[in-house]
Amino acid sequence: MAAPRIFSLLSASSTAASLRSFGRYSRWGRGSSRFSTAVATEEEPITPPVQIDYTQLLINGRFVDAASGKTFPTFDPRTGDVIAHVAEGEAEDINRAVSAARKAFDEGPWPKMTPYERSCILFRFADLLEKHCSEIAALESWDNGKPYEQAANVEIPMVIRVFRYYAGWADKIHGLTVPADGLHHVQTLHEPIGVAGQIIPWNFPLLLYGWKVGPALACGNTIVLKTAEQTPLSALYASKLLYEAGLPPGVLNVVSGFGPTAGAALSSHMDVDKLAFTGSTGTGKIVLGMAAKSNLKPVTLELGGKSPFIVCEDADVDKAVELSHTALFYNQGQSCCSGSRTFVHESIYDEFIEKAKARALKRVVGDPFKKGVEQGPQIDSQQFNKILGYIKSGIEAGATLEAGGEKFSSKGYYIQPTVFSNVHDNMLIAKEEIFGPVQSILKFKDLDEVIRRANATHYGLAAGIFTQNLDTANTLTRALRVGTVWINCFFVFDAAIPFGGRKMSGHGREKGIYGLSNYMQVKAVVTPLKNPAWL
Amino acid sequence: MATSRISSLLSRSFTSSASSALLSSIGRNSSRRGGIFRYSTAAVVEEPINPSVDVNYTQLLINGQFVDAATGKTFETLDPRTGNVIASVAEGDAEDVNRAVSAARKAFDEGPWPRMSPYERSKILLRFADLLEKHNDEIAALETWDNGKPFEQAAKAEVPLVIRLMRYYAGWADKIHGLTVPADGLHQVQTLHEPIGVAGQIIPWNFPLLMYAWKIGPALACGNTIVLKTAEQTPLSALYASKLLHEAGLPPGVLNVVSGYGPTAGAALASHMDVDKLAFTGSTATGKIVLQLAARSNLKPVTLELGGKSPFIVCEDANVDEAVELAHFALFFNQGQCCCAGSRTFVHESIYDEFVEKAKARALRRTVGDPFKAGIEQGPQIDSDQFEKILRYIRSGVENGATLETGGERFGKEGFFIKPTVFSNVQDGMLIAQDEIFGPVQSILKFKNLDEVIRRANATSYGLAAGVFTQNLDTANTLTRALKVGTVWINCFDVFDAAIPFGGYKMSGHGREKGIYSLQNYLQVKAVITPLKNPAWL
Repeated sequence: MAAPRIFSLLSASSTAASLRSFGRYSRWGRGSSRFSTAVATEEEPITPPVQIDYTQLLINGRFVDAASGKTFPTFDPRTGDVIAHVAEGEAEDINRAVSAARKAFDEGPWPKMTPYERSCILFRFADLLEKHCSEIAALESWDNGKPYEQAANVEIPMVIRVFRYYAGWADKIHGLTVPADGLHHVQTLHEPIGVAGQIIPWNFPLLLYGWKVGPALACGNTIVLKTAEQTPLSALYASKLLYEAGLPPGVLNVVSGFGPTAGAALSSHMDVDKLAFTGSTGTGKIVLGMAAKSNLKPVTLELGGKSPFIVCEDADVDKAVELSHTALFYNQGQSCCSGSRTFVHESIYDEFIEKAKARALKRVVGDPFKKGVEQGPQIDSQQFNKILGYIKSGIEAGATLEAGGEKFSSKGYYIQPTVFSNVHDNMLIAKEEIFGPVQSILKFKDLDEVIRRANATHYGLAAGIFTQNLDTANTLTRALRVGTVWINCFFVFDAAIPFGGRKMSGHGREKGIYGLSNYMQVKAVVTPLKNPAWL
Repeated sequence: MATSRISSLLSRSFTSSASSALLSSIGRNSSRRGGIFRYSTAAVVEEPINPSVDVNYTQLLINGQFVDAATGKTFETLDPRTGNVIASVAEGDAEDVNRAVSAARKAFDEGPWPRMSPYERSKILLRFADLLEKHNDEIAALETWDNGKPFEQAAKAEVPLVIRLMRYYAGWADKIHGLTVPADGLHQVQTLHEPIGVAGQIIPWNFPLLMYAWKIGPALACGNTIVLKTAEQTPLSALYASKLLHEAGLPPGVLNVVSGYGPTAGAALASHMDVDKLAFTGSTATGKIVLQLAARSNLKPVTLELGGKSPFIVCEDANVDEAVELAHFALFFNQGQCCCAGSRTFVHESIYDEFVEKAKARALRRTVGDPFKAGIEQGPQIDSDQFEKILRYIRSGVENGATLETGGERFGKEGFFIKPTVFSNVQDGMLIAQDEIFGPVQSILKFKNLDEVIRRANATSYGLAAGVFTQNLDTANTLTRALKVGTVWINCFDVFDAAIPFGGYKMSGHGREKGIYSLQNYLQVKAVITPLKNPAWL
């Protein structure tokens, strides 16, 4: 029951079930202000219903201070105020964490446990997450600024779902027996790689924790996880629960800290066997370079995007507007796969613009802890300023600002839902990942043209297609050089659906059966075959 | 028939049923030698045998045509038997790589290749295999001439294996399935396994045409186009074979072959912004550079097949004669120039002395000489660089106090021949036990118990392969799981079936080639999701 609810909430496909979807919260927003009235966030911020109990590093199953004793503040994006001081991990802490993970892999019980026992621990973890869903969601909203309802009703349930999904894989990892030409018996073993280093971003802190930790643990690896410095809290809380569920010490180590120190130490570490990184393309290139220069650990990368959302001429404009709105504005526009280039067929372009503008103006911005709020603040001042810079560049480059364009509220990092029309391919706002609530609408004439333009980017993460025509859907599906094609839906993040990018959007796929191969080594085992009954 | 012959030739497994076939295998060619010389006699002072093949193709192959390098430059490819020039070959540089990538890009984006039905692609590969079979001996002669490997090895094992691989991948072309995916909610989900685009491939000189096949087979089967850079030591066989592939019906621009050097042509390919995927086989040091070039440019995904220092573990229950023969083959095959050579021979202390005696005797019996001569087991090393490097490693072994049992110096007066060399009393800390020598130098180490040999075998930054010699099933299972390597050969070695995945752990590489696993190197996964209305089932 829980699972279909998650989907309908997240996917905004135009079905009856999606009446309650995020893109439509405005329908039942009560008392929360629309962005055109800049009052909501002048109210006192709502006090999050959760305590912050875990701020230290989690190494070898224990919460410990950083070796240096240093801490850093994590901020509330609603106000810029400090939420808590968190132990700041650096190279020495990474070394300690890797040692613990190394020992847990080489000597500890984890990879020598039966897969069924590993699976049981992950199932127990999922149960504990479910029990503490509200507290975790509150931490997530507080630290990140995303609507509490989104965290509590969609993201944390999805984390739970991902752990149950991977718990189910733990005892179903099969190797192959291989037909050889000659008198040889051949099999392959799919083995855990060893110590996995994982670096996750701030936009979906616990969801990406689930995507990373789930498959790595299911396959029997041990982990050193570095969280984003903007959002260290939820991973510490969840990891505490994972130990309560029976995880042996050292199997998962969590180091809060910064990229150039802790992240670089993890990427360059000679005793880390595998690295997974989610973040920007610029940082991904650095991380891969460090892995290459150190011990050649294999790296999976989930990086940036500039995903096209293509509205074909046969579209029901109202539905297309709603879906493209969700595709861009969801999570304050802070999604690597957000549909940030809205291509609209010329025959419906003008109507689409009017309605997209109206929809953006209806978007409910405010304190993410308030019921019915669709959009909270951006993550921090740096992103906030960067987004405002892109908006300025859009105006200067001659795009038409239809709505928004400014900050919202006098404190915190809120930005008005912003819509540009008459955007051209060569404008910065059509080329670069803005990572904020800024929709760029472009006009197209025919399919060949939109295919060419949609693919004319270094990114290749995802695409949205809005059409009822099966031939159009099939043509676009094959032609678009992206890892995910959502047709008449967007942001469907099922645990079973692989996610990842082509071109400079990344390497490898996470989730689904494909996500397992990132955490396994293939070993071919060959013996001679004597007197075989068959070949 | 052909295929089981190939694997018995190549694998040196000790099956009783196959033992008669093995009498003609590479490692035992000595048993049917006639008039050929052992290494102790200086056979190579005779005139080198004239290879029975013409060198017809020396230009770059771009967009289906043989063309000169943009600069007009050429380089010489040498005969390792003598150091003499075989031919001058067009020297590809950045501009040629650009031309080749443009051709491959166009062939992928606009050309018929990825739009052809998989069955049509498959038929072209099958016709290619037939043509290779028809020209087996010429290709093998080119391979031996350029590389120095025994002609019999090239003609009876390697080229047939290339043919086998092409038929294997031809069979995959029309069997690349995506998945339909069970989702939680009202969504129809499928995955498409699509070609990536333009693949850059860089291959080494030790198995030129075999590595060509490992690379181009899966790339073509999956519908990609290719720019292939061969090693500057061995450009000839790939040009010849690629000519045949075009004869078989490959559209222009689908496979482009650029001869040239790593720092120029190789770097240009690895850094190219319009290459969608890179595959490299070579040294670990170069692999690290290649990966960084890919990371700094357009983040093209890279598969790497790099160096090794593979353990060959002889347990106490071993039949010593068989173990000696297999360990000998595991190291000396292809002049020791295998990335997966069993270059650390760990022998249980209870049989150590006997093993060393017999390993020495076997090395002394190894027939070294002109690779075109029948019955020759070992030809020259590839070039003077490698030759000098190997001799330096031998000196370092002697200086470090390992016992030189046999060999240790050059063989003959010209060319790059080295005597089969055996060291005993090798310690883990010595260079010859740590570095990849890539030559005919066997290092024998002593061990006491399984835990110890597991620890020592894994104490390397490499993880390509391992040999295990035992009849004890529990020992075999324990070692199989404990060794951090991509391939474990138990009572056999160098079994290179098309279906068996090959690749490394740790600094031996990324990804697997051959077998079903290799396809994913040349495919992108695309998830396609639509809403589901009124489904009859979920």
